[in-house]
Amino acid sequence: MDIKWTALGQVFMVSLAVSVVVVVVFSLGVMALSARQTVREHDSGGGSGALAAAVVCFAACAAVVGYGIYLIVPQFH
Amino acid sequence: MEHITFLVVVVIITALAFDFTNGFHDTANAMATSIATGALRPKVAVAISAVLNLVGAFLSVEVAKTISGGIVDDRLVTPPMVFAGLVGAILWNLLTWLLGLPSSSSHALFGGLIGAVWVGAGMQGVHFGTVLEKILIPAVASPLIAGFVAMTATFLAYTMTARARHESVTRTFRLGQVASASLVSLAHGTNDAQKTMGVITLTLISTGALASGSAPPFWVITIAGLAIALGTYLGGWRIIRTMGKGITEIESPQGFAAEASATTVILASSHLGFALSTTQVVSGAILGTGLGRRLARVRWSVAGRMALAWLLTLPAAAAVGAVAAAVATTGTLGVTIAALVTIAAAAGLYAASRRNPVHAGNVNDVPPVPQQAAA
Repeated sequence: MDIKWTALGQVFMVSLAVSVVVVVVFSLGVMALSARQTVREHDSGGGSGALAAAVVCFAACAAVVGYGIYLIVPQFH
Repeated sequence: MEHITFLVVVVIITALAFDFTNGFHDTANAMATSIATGALRPKVAVAISAVLNLVGAFLSVEVAKTISGGIVDDRLVTPPMVFAGLVGAILWNLLTWLLGLPSSSSHALFGGLIGAVWVGAGMQGVHFGTVLEKILIPAVASPLIAGFVAMTATFLAYTMTARARHESVTRTFRLGQVASASLVSLAHGTNDAQKTMGVITLTLISTGALASGSAPPFWVITIAGLAIALGTYLGGWRIIRTMGKGITEIESPQGFAAEASATTVILASSHLGFALSTTQVVSGAILGTGLGRRLARVRWSVAGRMALAWLLTLPAAAAVGAVAAAVATTGTLGVTIAALVTIAAAAGLYAASRRNPVHAGNVNDVPPVPQQAAA
């Protein structure tokens, strides 16, 4: 019997780190979108900085999803 | 086609029936939280999941080398034992579906095979050390890891977005849910459809219809992919209701945190060499997300029943597999009798489900978690 405790520990650490980063970055994107809406209620042309920040955040999350697809599809590696 | 005997045909049909129950049992893993938060309409959710399962079936190229992954001695396994193991898995999947309990389809298959091999070839055919390593330890670890990760992620998501506008929070997290749920479906298709292909291919090899070491023929990949996709599309609504509404009340940031955590744990576990059960990872993540949001309540009675079902999956499927093997290994008449009894039992479970049907239209109609169930 050979229980791979190290591998299990790695699964835990990697999962925690990746999930926290994704959720934090996504939440930052949500904050930026929300801030943009608040700005635009007073100034219909404003909020482009907040929009740019949101786009960066969601692009980073999309990149993680892309890496997930890469891991799932065996033809890619 | 002289190698395609009555027995092989029965095994293939039974394997496809298992694949079908596998699909509809596991739709909930990918889609329950998206359906519960309204990120996707129920029918749309199961359709996306079905298509991604079918795509996943065609993407997986790695042939299953063994039927059981070393849990039983594959050299001792004969087609009647495979048939009996599948029967055990199918009946357990249908019973847990009737009760609305998510349980691992892989564990049911392993359990059925263990029972069948124990009766058919003796106790030495079962590798109990591997059972501990590949089933028991992961079964305890999966919900703990996924639960803790999802709890942390949920806490962060709520703390960070507490001052953001409610409608942009709900809408944006719903969009994120669609992406993470789709990843779970795709990963499911590449893993689970492959199991059935492996069973069918290895049965064909054992009777000499295919050369040893053959890859699954195209028709095997196609029917296995279609069976799991059809099962997924019909949707195990009873299980979707339990996971989406039964354990805890899920808002869209929780749905996103739970699915992102579950997806990460599933992918990390399959690529770092410690396989975890998808069903148990997702259930644990949903429980964790209930604990991570302040004021959210967790129905511990539902969680307890789920844990009991996980505990029983292996022995219960093994018991059915053992009885089926005792009958099926006596010859063609035995296989026929076992198949007819299985069909009758499956029909009975289906008939029982009609007394209290759960479908796309009423899947989310559940009373809120009562106060006294507070964590």
